[in-house]
Amino acid sequence: MDSFLAALDSASGPLLHGFGLTLGISAAAVLLGSLIGVAVGLMLTYGGRIASLPFRGFVDIVRGTPVLVLILASFYMPAGLGLSPGPVEAGILALTIFCSSHVGETLRGALNAIPPGQTDAARAIGLTFPKMILYVLMPQALRQIAPNFVNTAVEIVKASSLLSAIGVGELLLTTQEIIGRTFQTMEFYALAGALYLVINLTISAGGGWIERRVHTQ
Amino acid sequence: MDYTLNFGVVFRNIDDLLSGLLLGLEMGLAGLLIGSLIGILAAFAAVYGGRPARIVVAAYVGLIRNVPILVLALFAFFALPGIGIRFNNVVTFAAVLAIYAGAYLTESFRAAILVIPKGIIEAAQSIGLTRTGTAIWVIVPIAVRNALPSVGNNFISLFKDTSIAAVIAVPELTFEARKINNESFRVIEVWIVASLMYVATCALIAAGLRRLEAMFPKF
Repeated sequence: MDSFLAALDSASGPLLHGFGLTLGISAAAVLLGSLIGVAVGLMLTYGGRIASLPFRGFVDIVRGTPVLVLILASFYMPAGLGLSPGPVEAGILALTIFCSSHVGETLRGALNAIPPGQTDAARAIGLTFPKMILYVLMPQALRQIAPNFVNTAVEIVKASSLLSAIGVGELLLTTQEIIGRTFQTMEFYALAGALYLVINLTISAGGGWIERRVHTQ
Repeated sequence: MDYTLNFGVVFRNIDDLLSGLLLGLEMGLAGLLIGSLIGILAAFAAVYGGRPARIVVAAYVGLIRNVPILVLALFAFFALPGIGIRFNNVVTFAAVLAIYAGAYLTESFRAAILVIPKGIIEAAQSIGLTRTGTAIWVIVPIAVRNALPSVGNNFISLFKDTSIAAVIAVPELTFEARKINNESFRVIEVWIVASLMYVATCALIAAGLRRLEAMFPKF
């Protein structure tokens, strides 16, 4: 235990940096992915048969592909086009794609579940299509997908650990480097697990808090 | 940018990719079966057990669902040998997958048990079945049928999670794809093929599950 505390003391700087990178990458992917996901969800629902087709293909392919493959593909494929994204950019790209397809699909489900009377009523009072989306449909749909969205955020944080495979110095890769130096395998993997647990339980608790507030209104 | 698509290398190595796919399916299936057993037992403990059992199950589910499966796999593969628990990488990953699936399936089976109408359980007891008999002959079959759609979805995500075994050098589809990527630099083709193989397999599994669900009408 003493040797673990000593090792932890000397490793706290890199660990904190890795922890921060995990949080930063996950937050960036969730934010960007949600924005794109909203657009994807709207296109899937209101795009019409032709325009929604590429979005349908995008969502189905991404949801049928393992996240690790998305990550490796984002890292290696751009080289064929003459681009060379760094591991962090490739990682954010992969997780953003993953997040947007999940948000898009859940949003589509939620929008479809809104009773048609809502659309009729919005049209009857003369709202234009964008205003109807913004003031009538989105608020209801977003409330619907809140629990699912929290799950997606947790999945993104978990998936960010896979970025260690392409050399992103996030929490897990930092942990592996520390283990390579200290040989305290069990202690530091357990610590990494505990840190992921803390992040995800915080997200779930925060999500629950927001849900309760939204539902009481 | 003079990149011309050439699938030749990828298709010459299609045997490796296919055997990797098969290994992934096998690990996924093993994980699903053992995970279902864990899930059913844990769900029974959560529904019919006392407070301590409920707390243990909730801790198991909460812990496993909030920790990345890669951390669990690395812990099992690199840390557990330190205390004498040592298996090869395929067995280790299948075991991790089972424990991981068990946590998700506990929730599925718990929900499936809770929606069984009380009258059915009372009927089972009134014809003289013991508590164990009721559990095995009445509750489990109905719960398994109720949970079938959710178990199926779990199988699809488990199969996708088998790609993570590549990190501990299990020669499954992602591992083989990365090998081709590194040896041939056909960086675009190999990932298109690998991704489509996953997508097609997931679609086939989903179609098979729909037929299975149709074969056993919902209770």
